[in-house]
Amino acid sequence: MTMLTMTGPRAATHVPPSHRRAVLTFARREFRDAMSSRWFVLYTVAFTLLAVGVSFLSLSGSGSHGFAGFGRTAAGLLNLVMLVVPLMALTAGAATIAGERERGTLLYLLAQPISRTQLLLGKYAGLSLALVCSLCIGFGLSAGVLAWRAGGVGVGSYMVLVGLTAMLAIAMLSVGVLISVVSRRTSVATGLALFVWLVLVFVSDLGLMASSIVFQLRVQEIFALAAVNPLQCYKMGAIVHLNASLDVLGPVGAYASYTLGPAMPWVLSGSIVAWIVMPLLLALVLFNRRRSI
Amino acid sequence: MIIARGVTKRYGRVVAVRNVSFELPAGQSMAFWGSNGAGKTTMIRCLLGVTRFRGIASIGSNSVKRRGRAARALVGYVPQELAFHDDVRLGSAMALFASLRRVDRASAHGSLDRVGLSGHERKRLRDLSGGMKQRLALAIAMLGDPPVIVLDEPTSNLDAAGRGEVVRTLQQLRQSGKTLVFASHRPDEIITLADTVIVLDKGIVDRVTTPRELWPTEKPVQVVRLYLSTASEAEAAQALREAGHAVHINGQGLCVAVPRDRKAEPIGVLERKSILVRNIEVLDDVRLPEGST
Repeated sequence: MTMLTMTGPRAATHVPPSHRRAVLTFARREFRDAMSSRWFVLYTVAFTLLAVGVSFLSLSGSGSHGFAGFGRTAAGLLNLVMLVVPLMALTAGAATIAGERERGTLLYLLAQPISRTQLLLGKYAGLSLALVCSLCIGFGLSAGVLAWRAGGVGVGSYMVLVGLTAMLAIAMLSVGVLISVVSRRTSVATGLALFVWLVLVFVSDLGLMASSIVFQLRVQEIFALAAVNPLQCYKMGAIVHLNASLDVLGPVGAYASYTLGPAMPWVLSGSIVAWIVMPLLLALVLFNRRRSI
Repeated sequence: MIIARGVTKRYGRVVAVRNVSFELPAGQSMAFWGSNGAGKTTMIRCLLGVTRFRGIASIGSNSVKRRGRAARALVGYVPQELAFHDDVRLGSAMALFASLRRVDRASAHGSLDRVGLSGHERKRLRDLSGGMKQRLALAIAMLGDPPVIVLDEPTSNLDAAGRGEVVRTLQQLRQSGKTLVFASHRPDEIITLADTVIVLDKGIVDRVTTPRELWPTEKPVQVVRLYLSTASEAEAAQALREAGHAVHINGQGLCVAVPRDRKAEPIGVLERKSILVRNIEVLDDVRLPEGST
């Protein structure tokens, strides 16, 4: 070790980083960590393989070409996304703060000249970017198959599907981060995330069907309940954007088309945006208020 | 430089720290001394503003509650053990904290050089020894040359060699005019590094004193730690005090200050009282700083 040659305090250098710098620093670090995380790589590979597989099978099985082939592939991808993407985003979000807390790194990071808001927003931004990159890899390769087999039709619709999927992923990430903020241990956070995933993916669909029968719900009530679920919004939004009619969803879809008309995509996208913003805001408030480390 | 007034922290019904007040001028060194659960770590967390508490704490006229980022910009923090992602390379970890401290690459390298870690940038943190990790924590704490260094039992997980390196670095920091606040279990560290000692007992300030008053023996002094059954600690402490020894009950055994040539004497005293000594540890040879009172 060399002899220390430090001088006294130099006030000019003891300034906390700007909000932008702190958030970007954590975002970069989180993005790098996520992209090198074994779980994240596994999810990305699984999603990519499934997406490419769905595209290939949808096209080669039916022998469809052109827009018909694209529609079949998009429908296949839609179902795949609704299963895999929420799971990926929820678990990634759930591990973020709870993981730092469990490892003891949260205290160390918070002892730096940064705020809790900067830390949370930075981690959130980094994870969002990593999720979007992961989705782009899957969708990109799937698009390659589409271009090869279906002749590259429906590029615009495909991009909308990717955009909606990214929104869904970020919404689920917000929910995951909220779970992470209120959980002390990673295992608890992951368990809660899996429970939320089950509720959103399976229970809400079945629950909606069951309650419509048991409580004799009206069409507008069923639509309102569906519009609260980000996955249902994603499904309806994707169908609308793919230039299909919501009539395929039965009376509820027909009611939505008739009542909302051209505002339908905005209402559905707005619901997903609300699922991005509200859980994130709640997570920020709780993370700042509870001050647990 | 550091002011605490009526700092009180509760965890539910348990009071971890009650009404702690002190003032530490710039360039001075202060230690928190007490058994496990005495409130040392809680007090450090309150000073860093990373946990909620009642009362006032400020660093360099910045309230840690209202201007936490500005207060922490004046502080370099060294935890008990560097908690950080094990997969991260030393250089990357350094770069993250350098960015948060608005420190350029050359200064970050200089900080690593000061603790003898330059050239190890490519190593992953999991491959570092405990001593190297603690030196890295010191290098991170020195980024941006903050006037205050806060340490939470920085040598508790180190072997004698690692401890010696860290203590030497801290001595140099102290000589360079830094304000040091640290918690320690080890009398040798307190004697070597502290100007003032706050003795905490169950979260309450038992007394504010000096190392010399705690261990009023001739120099050089050697501290022996005796491990007994918990039930007999109070009785043993009483017996040793009656025999003229300076004794402190700590969460990790009884610390007895003895002249270097009388290390076995406390064992003899306890033997005569039929108190069984399970183990004995002779702590590092220490010398009271010149002019200490």
